[in-house]
Amino acid sequence: MNINSELLKTLLTTYSPSGSEDRIRDIIENEVKDHVDEVKVDNLGNLICRKKGTGKKVMIAAHMDQIGFMITDIEKEGFLRCTNIGGISPLMSYGQKVIFENGTIGVVYAEEKKELPKIKLEDMYIDIGAATKEEAEKLVQTGDSCVYYSEYVETDERVISGALDDRIGCYIGIETLKSLSKTDKDIYFVFTVQEELGLRGAKTAAYAIEPDLGIALDITGSGDTPGANRFAVGLGKGAAIKARDNSIVVNPKVKNLMIDTAKANNIDYQIEVLEFGGTDSGAIHLSREGVLAGVISVPTRYVHSPNEVIMKRDVTSCIDLLTAILEGDLDLLN
Amino acid sequence: MLLKQLSELNSVSGNEKSVRDFIISEIKDYVEDVRIDKIGNIIAYKKGKVTEPKIMVSAHMDEVGLLINQIDSEGLLGFTLVGDIDSRILISKPVIVGDKSILGVIGAKPIHLQKSEERKKSIDYDALYIDIGCTNKEEAQKLVKLGDYVCFQSEFREFGDNLLKGKALDNRAGCEVLIDTIKSDTDRSFYAVFSVMKEIGIFGGEPATYSINPDINIILDSSLEQNKLGHGPILSFMEKGAFFSSEMTKRIIQMSKDKNIPHQLCGFDSDRSDACKMQTSGTGTKTLKVSIPCKYRRSAVTVINKEDLKNAKTLLKELLNDIGGK
Repeated sequence: MNINSELLKTLLTTYSPSGSEDRIRDIIENEVKDHVDEVKVDNLGNLICRKKGTGKKVMIAAHMDQIGFMITDIEKEGFLRCTNIGGISPLMSYGQKVIFENGTIGVVYAEEKKELPKIKLEDMYIDIGAATKEEAEKLVQTGDSCVYYSEYVETDERVISGALDDRIGCYIGIETLKSLSKTDKDIYFVFTVQEELGLRGAKTAAYAIEPDLGIALDITGSGDTPGANRFAVGLGKGAAIKARDNSIVVNPKVKNLMIDTAKANNIDYQIEVLEFGGTDSGAIHLSREGVLAGVISVPTRYVHSPNEVIMKRDVTSCIDLLTAILEGDLDLLN
Repeated sequence: MLLKQLSELNSVSGNEKSVRDFIISEIKDYVEDVRIDKIGNIIAYKKGKVTEPKIMVSAHMDEVGLLINQIDSEGLLGFTLVGDIDSRILISKPVIVGDKSILGVIGAKPIHLQKSEERKKSIDYDALYIDIGCTNKEEAQKLVKLGDYVCFQSEFREFGDNLLKGKALDNRAGCEVLIDTIKSDTDRSFYAVFSVMKEIGIFGGEPATYSINPDINIILDSSLEQNKLGHGPILSFMEKGAFFSSEMTKRIIQMSKDKNIPHQLCGFDSDRSDACKMQTSGTGTKTLKVSIPCKYRRSAVTVINKEDLKNAKTLLKELLNDIGGK
């Protein structure tokens, strides 16, 4: 399966930090609306797309928000002060470009008196080239958000870009729902909001849907770089089937269903035991009286940086695995 | 003045009965329905002609305080904190203890008895005590029991240029704005929630929101980041634990500009309101926050500006009209 580069590039370069997901939602809605039976946007902004069926109710969740910065104050010399939206590393942000919804580009830098390794966001500022507060306010207001400005790079095997977390999950969801054929399941593809702020969108969507099974599509880290912490997940080794992260211990029924499906269909997979972070599955599995939930993850290097790296063949494995699960038999979950 | 009465009622988190009874007596003639839910929230329904979308306006009615956890042999009372209180503000404050409203004062080892090392450190609350003038345990037990709540004693009064001081103006000021709006003439139906136990972990807001399941939730609370008193109510984009609905926040800012209502913006509010629980309750709610600028929160003396209070009332009424009233 070849990657749909045009769609992936659009998804990855669309501005939509947590809490301001309008742009990416419009793009995804346009992309999927002809392939599903119902499209709904809930009060939090989740995009809920239903492919009707008579079988088990399955919720697929991929979060469409991305990490970023919010402007808290504008100084009289025109520099912007900011806070984080989600897991932003101050050191990683130092010297990076950021982009606002209106296309304004700024540079993140730090007060020179501060020692770099210990740098905090409160010691940093964004320079958008304005000389006064009034000049800056023509472009940016307090409360506006921005994201890393990052270039999309695709080689034969890899994709390098910001926002792979979790637009690659959105991509997997979109491509799966487009190609899905023989299934009786009642499937809700949900593109969730505010995952990076604490799995907020998935909570309300799961409540509304009441699924029998929830599957989150997200990225995970990789343990195959120099000096990496022990983590048996590597790029190019297939779809990662989650056993745990800090938001969920995946029910063995779900984990085994995924493993058995991958084996039966000759899909490359690896088991992921993540010792930090959480995914939408964490919110889904605690909804109402509890929901069986699991995660299919894409191994990713340099997570939450402007240059996250994935391998295309892992993405294909994830799409194949999700498709096989949705077209397969879910009775063994009973 | 209604706010004076609200401020001087003692209703520490978990023990909100007195302020709850007072609020119900104030609003009952102006609402279609009023009830108390199992956790203690007031849920009232103000009926108008326009009912959609479903709106809820909420203000937490509890306040920070102390709780008696020890009565020692000399009749002095040990206590723990209810809510996020800075221990350093406690020494020498007059307080009111328990249902019998016993007056006490928070004491510590006097300065002339402190060793030089002790003088350099602030004293944590567990080394302080409340003195109610008893000399032994038996005497104290006649007046006070374990689990009694303790409130700051602080007179409500005006001072300076348009300023008001008193205890618990965070968030009795928000309650006053909501009561005022309930009493006003509006075509807009809305649910009014006075929530409990916000200061000890944001417990009341969620069940109230769950039972109402509103489309839009307007939270009235107090804040102060890079803002100033007297410059209008604060509209925040994000706070610890919640990202307010961009759609609603942009709408209220535009409306305030159009109607020349003074307001100030806050990108990130480092404090929490009920938002983090209310926003993701049930199928989710479009949540926004209107805050009254308030200095010295969670102390015996909170300070607000009368103009901010007035403008918050105007802003809330206009907002309700804007979402389909008259």
